[in-house]
Amino acid sequence: MSIDYIIAVFITVVGAATPILFAGLGELVTEKSGMLNLGVEGMMLVGAVAAFATVDLTGSPWLAVVVAAAAAAAVSMTFAVLTLSLSANQVATGLALTIFGTGLSTLVGKSFTGHGIKPFTTLFPDWLANDRFGKAFFSFSPLVYFSFIMVALVWWFLNRTRGGLILRAVGENDLSAHSIGYSVIGVRYAAVAFGGAMAGIGGAAFPLVLTPLWAEGLTGGRGWIAIALVVFSGWKPGRLLAGAYFFGLLGTLELYAKASGSIFTAMLPSEGWAALPYIATIVVLAIISSSKAGGGNAPACLGKPFIPST
Amino acid sequence: MTDTPPRLSLRGITKRFPGVLANDNVSFDVKPGEIHALLGENGAGKSTLVKMIYGIMQPDAGEIIWNGEKVIVGNPKAARKLGVGMVFQHFSLFEALTVFENIALGMDAKIPQRELEGRIKQVMTQYGLTLDPQRVVSDLSVGERQRIEIVRALLLDPTLLIMDEPTSVLTPQEVEQLFVVLRKLAKEGCSILYISHKLHEIKALCDTATILRGGRLVDTCDPKVETSRSMAEKMIGGSLKDIQKPEGRTFGREKFVVTELGMPGAGHFGVALKDISFRVHAGEIFGIAGVAGNGQTALLLALSGEAPTTDAQAIRIDNEAIGKLDAKARRLKGLASVPEERNGHAAVPDFTLSDNSVLTGRDRMKLSISGIIRPRAAKKYTGEVISAFSVKATGTEATAGSLSGGNLQKYIMGREIMQKPGVLVVSQPTWGVDAGAAAAIHQALVDLAAAGSAIVVISQDLDELLSLCDTLAVINGGRMSPAMKVSEADINEIGLLMGGIHGEPTSPAVEAADAA
Amino acid sequence: MRLKLEKRPDPSRFMLYATPVGAVVLTMLVGAIIFTLIGYNGAAAVYQVFIAPLTLSYKWGDIAVKASPLILIGVGLAVGNRAAIWNIGAEGQYIVGALAGTGIGILTKDMTGFWILPAMLLAGLAGGAIWGGIPALMRNRFNVNETLSSLMLTYVAIHLMNHMVTGPWKDPKGFSFPQTALVTPSQTLPILVPGTYVHLGIVITLIIAVIMWFLMSRSLFGFQVRVVGSAPNAARHGGFSQKGTVWLVFLLSGALAGLAGIFEVTGPFGQMSLGFPQNYGFTAIIVAFLGRLNPLGVIIAGVVLAITYVGGDLAQSALQLPNASKGIFQALMLFFLLASDVLIRYRVRLAGNVSAPMAVAARSAAE
Repeated sequence: MSIDYIIAVFITVVGAATPILFAGLGELVTEKSGMLNLGVEGMMLVGAVAAFATVDLTGSPWLAVVVAAAAAAAVSMTFAVLTLSLSANQVATGLALTIFGTGLSTLVGKSFTGHGIKPFTTLFPDWLANDRFGKAFFSFSPLVYFSFIMVALVWWFLNRTRGGLILRAVGENDLSAHSIGYSVIGVRYAAVAFGGAMAGIGGAAFPLVLTPLWAEGLTGGRGWIAIALVVFSGWKPGRLLAGAYFFGLLGTLELYAKASGSIFTAMLPSEGWAALPYIATIVVLAIISSSKAGGGNAPACLGKPFIPST
Repeated sequence: MTDTPPRLSLRGITKRFPGVLANDNVSFDVKPGEIHALLGENGAGKSTLVKMIYGIMQPDAGEIIWNGEKVIVGNPKAARKLGVGMVFQHFSLFEALTVFENIALGMDAKIPQRELEGRIKQVMTQYGLTLDPQRVVSDLSVGERQRIEIVRALLLDPTLLIMDEPTSVLTPQEVEQLFVVLRKLAKEGCSILYISHKLHEIKALCDTATILRGGRLVDTCDPKVETSRSMAEKMIGGSLKDIQKPEGRTFGREKFVVTELGMPGAGHFGVALKDISFRVHAGEIFGIAGVAGNGQTALLLALSGEAPTTDAQAIRIDNEAIGKLDAKARRLKGLASVPEERNGHAAVPDFTLSDNSVLTGRDRMKLSISGIIRPRAAKKYTGEVISAFSVKATGTEATAGSLSGGNLQKYIMGREIMQKPGVLVVSQPTWGVDAGAAAAIHQALVDLAAAGSAIVVISQDLDELLSLCDTLAVINGGRMSPAMKVSEADINEIGLLMGGIHGEPTSPAVEAADAA
Repeated sequence: MRLKLEKRPDPSRFMLYATPVGAVVLTMLVGAIIFTLIGYNGAAAVYQVFIAPLTLSYKWGDIAVKASPLILIGVGLAVGNRAAIWNIGAEGQYIVGALAGTGIGILTKDMTGFWILPAMLLAGLAGGAIWGGIPALMRNRFNVNETLSSLMLTYVAIHLMNHMVTGPWKDPKGFSFPQTALVTPSQTLPILVPGTYVHLGIVITLIIAVIMWFLMSRSLFGFQVRVVGSAPNAARHGGFSQKGTVWLVFLLSGALAGLAGIFEVTGPFGQMSLGFPQNYGFTAIIVAFLGRLNPLGVIIAGVVLAITYVGGDLAQSALQLPNASKGIFQALMLFFLLASDVLIRYRVRLAGNVSAPMAVAARSAAE
């Protein structure tokens, strides 16, 4: 295996990891506040179609990221209103959001079938981005670098700021936070909106980073893998980054199996490689969830309705 | 006295909830530096009243006057700004966060970490409260947790400190330590509103007592002048009834034997049980005292069969090993249980009372036959429980969640007792129950024992155990002390046992107050 | 002034049954507005999706055929959701059930006999139950969240099916189309109404729904499921096993989804192909909720959602409305239903009526 091959693989893995890294970071913050939003897949699809439409109409991938974040945050508000203001069941509402997002993206995306868009140009000069080794660092879409910044920002926010402390407190014991005088509902609305925006950017990464062509349901379950990723991470941003790259690697195996031909496909048919990320997710969840450290880290109020006595 | 206005003055405070008048035109004053007791049974409206002073709830009518000026306390932040601090009964702490983080969350402004650490250290030395700020709350004892709350409140330099039932989870020795802190605070001019239903504490600590009953103010009096009995009667609005224990009781054979029972702690924060042994005879009421969080929850689960043990011999009924049986199988052997938590553990709040009878009575009372429920039989049995235990409910089809705490507890106790269990294990039988219901429950337990059942009562209320039980042991850190006869028990020794390794030198004050 | 929720002492029975109807009506109203906004004739779209299928008697058979899998899967999911156990992988169980039955079909393609069809149906039940059993095993043994694992397994099932119909089980006489051979007459469900696809499976579905209704309302099994969902600690106190319930729920809902799958193979589809998955497994989640998790309610809800399937097709040909539109209608229905759930437990009051004097006081104090 040559060094060029490894660099090529690395670049593909980075691309595959970026959407779930964004979506996972958003869901991590949402879950830290005690909310379990299973609508990530739907929000990603909304973000993806919003991004695609924006580039198709305006040609600006930067604007597309903003619109995708805003659109997904907007649909995440249906989840927030239902679960926070009308105390609906979080699991059911999250599912509804996924069904809604899927339908909406398909409906809106219908008119883009066959369209191609121009994604980001690289940030760095060509001699760096096209360099044999340089491309392993400098050839990526700006969204990739942005995802690293977001990992650091989320870590800093959760562990070093008062806002992060309040967010964790709300997820840990909503009734206590309420009795001290913090707005549990307000904090959770904000956390859901952030999760929505990040899922939207994660969705936008599909047309902007991966394939600049519209395809129905292009996220292919990555939203669910992002939720699994949060469990995998033990609700820690650093581990989430590592997990995203691990799942990204699994997700690209199918491509390499197809490309490299017989050796891989003799081991496992290409559908088997395609199914591998999902099987691996279950296996990883089993290892993480059955170990003591894994299950205990979940925010204590995760998924539970907030019912103050007043 | 007339020059300085009262620190806090309530004028005609009224608060209504759907179906209940929680506070009805309540007015009283708290003077600067006064330790003022707010006394009343559970459900008398004490908690609602202080929640309005602290801004968690808003009164429907009436005024709050602070140092002579009318104020609206819109939220806890506003209360703290005025100088009101509060220590909650059910601590408002965050288990997974550190002591320092918990205290920081209680501050309204962002204070740099260094400065806050310094101030914490200063408050701790000033009042003799020791804590390690870097420890995670879930590792701390209940007494230490309360200290966090107190430090958190004191850091804001309150001029009125509200303490909501602060001693219900403390050992007698910890109570005395707390009183020292409170007296020091009062001497420095801080007013204290002390909520409790423990009369001997109020006599030992407070300058004034305001008594609430059914949401109304009954009396404001001097607890040093009143007797415990006179205050109790004002509190319950009638004369106290003593438990009728038949004279010259003798116990039968050994009925329920626990031998070297061990159990890993349940969940993340659970206490493990170690080497627990005791025996209960037919007709005996066996009490297990202890401060909350010392393994009581695990013990009830182990005894009821909700968490079966691996050693069948660890638990025996009538010499039959039942340690490996689950709750359903143990019920068929005659072991019934009542856990501490009524809603969601002993009963399903969303279910009707009839369905709740099916939950634990389906086999012994034949409420289901070959997998099919008999609704009529369930209704009939539930009706019998309701009338025998005078449960106030709209009928057998009322949901358990719609009953008041006391009535639900009477129903649950009745549901188990009327199945005539050979052994009954019950935790906190009168927690949050009014005095009338508590007396009825105590009497029912005594009657069940008289009929030949063996009864185990796990309770944090030492007074209850001393008046109800024949034999007593103390649980601490998952281990149980040897059993002692209640008639020969020494309260000091019990207190030390309850404190376990946290136990500190005792003082005679509590004893003296108790005797009064 | 703002709306204030006030807890009812007991849940409202009236609202329990009225809110699903309200949710459907609201969906039609809001759906019409949304589709008008995005440039379609909204009123016509709603008419095509919800009303037109009912007015065309030749479509009634289609409605029944599409309602059957929705009801069968929905009944199983209703039981699970009652226990607060979330099987969202019914689509995968449906596919694997169909695959298992198809496997028997391929083995018996040259045989005849009355036993072949029942054997295929049993294989469908078993296939669905096994696929549903995996999340149950993962949850009970390894504490894996069943929502995620059941959904992941759906993707695995889809890839497994793709592999089978494009590879080993591809019909040798099928001009290399990715599909299995058509079922033989011994492998086909009897048609009950000549000239339609209304098959015996629909009757079996209804019988199962009624049996499940009885079990849920009168048996200890139903009691167990309800207690585990409503108060898990109380269930343990009553001697009901949480893990046992997880097994029961997943095996049951998986088996029913698998049966629905093999009904489709031995009924309307006649074979498996890449287009076999029809999203019934996901739509059935909506069916279960719209039917108030009550098997009899699920029958009605299954018919309502089947109408949107048939209506979606009508709208596509009449108005060029993309087929995805029906997904929007279905999701809206679930949103409105979940939103209106609050009315069962709470009364909505105008808070301003009570605390108006306080608000004034607060304002004057602030000045």
